[in-house]
Amino acid sequence: MERKTPLYDIHVEEGGKMVPFAGYLLPVQYGTGVIKEHMAVRQQAGLFDVSHMGEVLFTGPTALDTLNHLLTNDFTNMPVGRVRYSIMCNGQGGTVDDLVVYKFGEQSYFVVVNAANRHKDFAHMKANLLPGTEAQDLSDTIAQLALQGPKAPQIIAKLLPEDQIPKKYYTAIPNVTIGGMRCMISRTGYTGELGYEIYTAAENGPALWTLLRQAGAEFGLIPCGLGARDTLRLEAAMPLYGHEMDDTVTPLEAGLDFGVKLDKEEFIGKDALVSAGTPRRVRVGLVATGRGIPREHQPVYLAGEQIGTTTSGTFAPLLGKAISMALVDAAHSAVGTAVEIDVRGRRVAAQIVPLPFYKRA
Amino acid sequence: MSNIPEELKYTKSHEWVKEEDGVITVGLTDYAQSALGDIVFINLPEEGDDVTAGQAFSDVESVKAVSDVFSPVTGKVAAINEELLDNPALVNEDPYEAWLIKVEEVSDTEELMDAAAYGQVCAAEEA
Repeated sequence: MERKTPLYDIHVEEGGKMVPFAGYLLPVQYGTGVIKEHMAVRQQAGLFDVSHMGEVLFTGPTALDTLNHLLTNDFTNMPVGRVRYSIMCNGQGGTVDDLVVYKFGEQSYFVVVNAANRHKDFAHMKANLLPGTEAQDLSDTIAQLALQGPKAPQIIAKLLPEDQIPKKYYTAIPNVTIGGMRCMISRTGYTGELGYEIYTAAENGPALWTLLRQAGAEFGLIPCGLGARDTLRLEAAMPLYGHEMDDTVTPLEAGLDFGVKLDKEEFIGKDALVSAGTPRRVRVGLVATGRGIPREHQPVYLAGEQIGTTTSGTFAPLLGKAISMALVDAAHSAVGTAVEIDVRGRRVAAQIVPLPFYKRA
Repeated sequence: MSNIPEELKYTKSHEWVKEEDGVITVGLTDYAQSALGDIVFINLPEEGDDVTAGQAFSDVESVKAVSDVFSPVTGKVAAINEELLDNPALVNEDPYEAWLIKVEEVSDTEELMDAAAYGQVCAAEEA
């Protein structure tokens, strides 16, 4: 039985087509359709309900040490108010999840994880806490909205004074008030576009949605569903857990080196990553040059021999092309390599291209 | 409510069928295009190909999903709507104008429904 986010009734009122996702009923799209929603985020603004995401609060005198032990990134010199992306590995170097860490204080870190992994993650975290750290699963008490697109700053400026709006990418302000509601706001997102993510108590979710919708109306803001969230992240080549990586794929294979600090003294999975050495398979981007739309889990061939498998694929609305990502043999991963993808029994020509497919100007 | 023209016949798998002088024209219904969402790719057979009643002859892809289109008849493809290869969104815009294929030399036909019966199929799927 799927659960509802605090915004369920609003989605139905807004014309959302509700589908099950990661244990929740969420809108895959609204009446305007995925392409219009995608383009709104690239050109104006879109509003997403991402309340299904999981949130875990780490507190205590050893909270920093616990995070440095659990996660691949280094949080040692992280200033308060910053946000940092990281991987959580298992002992074999495989990916338990990817997540973002907010530092609220020297002994207080707020970690946002994928909805589908929430219970697995929390169990892994609890099992690996150092003495002096507490972890609390706050997921059910929090609503999260993502306001994304080039007009997002103008929309948020109608609701918050200048000094309560985060100015830099991956920074946050933990205590702001929007329409009388206490919120946390960060300049983050999963679209490749400028934008904010706003967290508030679950019961405030619907009122916050309505405020943002009203403030954004004059800027062309529309509600956006999971469909556009996926096409947007894929165009921006952002990895999605369960696609680009999972328990058997290391963050180095997935090309997430920037979030893995192998020079850190210790973290779960480090030994396995170091002894595995340079990855033998890597994540690449592909653009179909033949007719067809490669999707996930389709074999990739070079001169008749399989060199890998696609991990995600879609039609990219802004680029107007079929794009996909794949894990392929490192030896055959050079940009420009012409390959074929088996799309439901039909070979579609494709070419390895640099990532990301789309980068904000 | 989706648009279901009275003068056409329908399949359970949401194709519409029109017969004129022994030639069968096949397209996707309004209900089908709406359920699929933005259509971005259509793969069609070639003129002269054989199609078989109840078997897929085309795949239609929206941004998120892939869907097979089934032939309501057995016969030979007399024409394909080439415009759809470059502009698949025509099916979203006007599903009853944007036909997919015309079939001739028809030897077998699936059981087809009239508009009223098809309307009940759609209503049942929506519920």
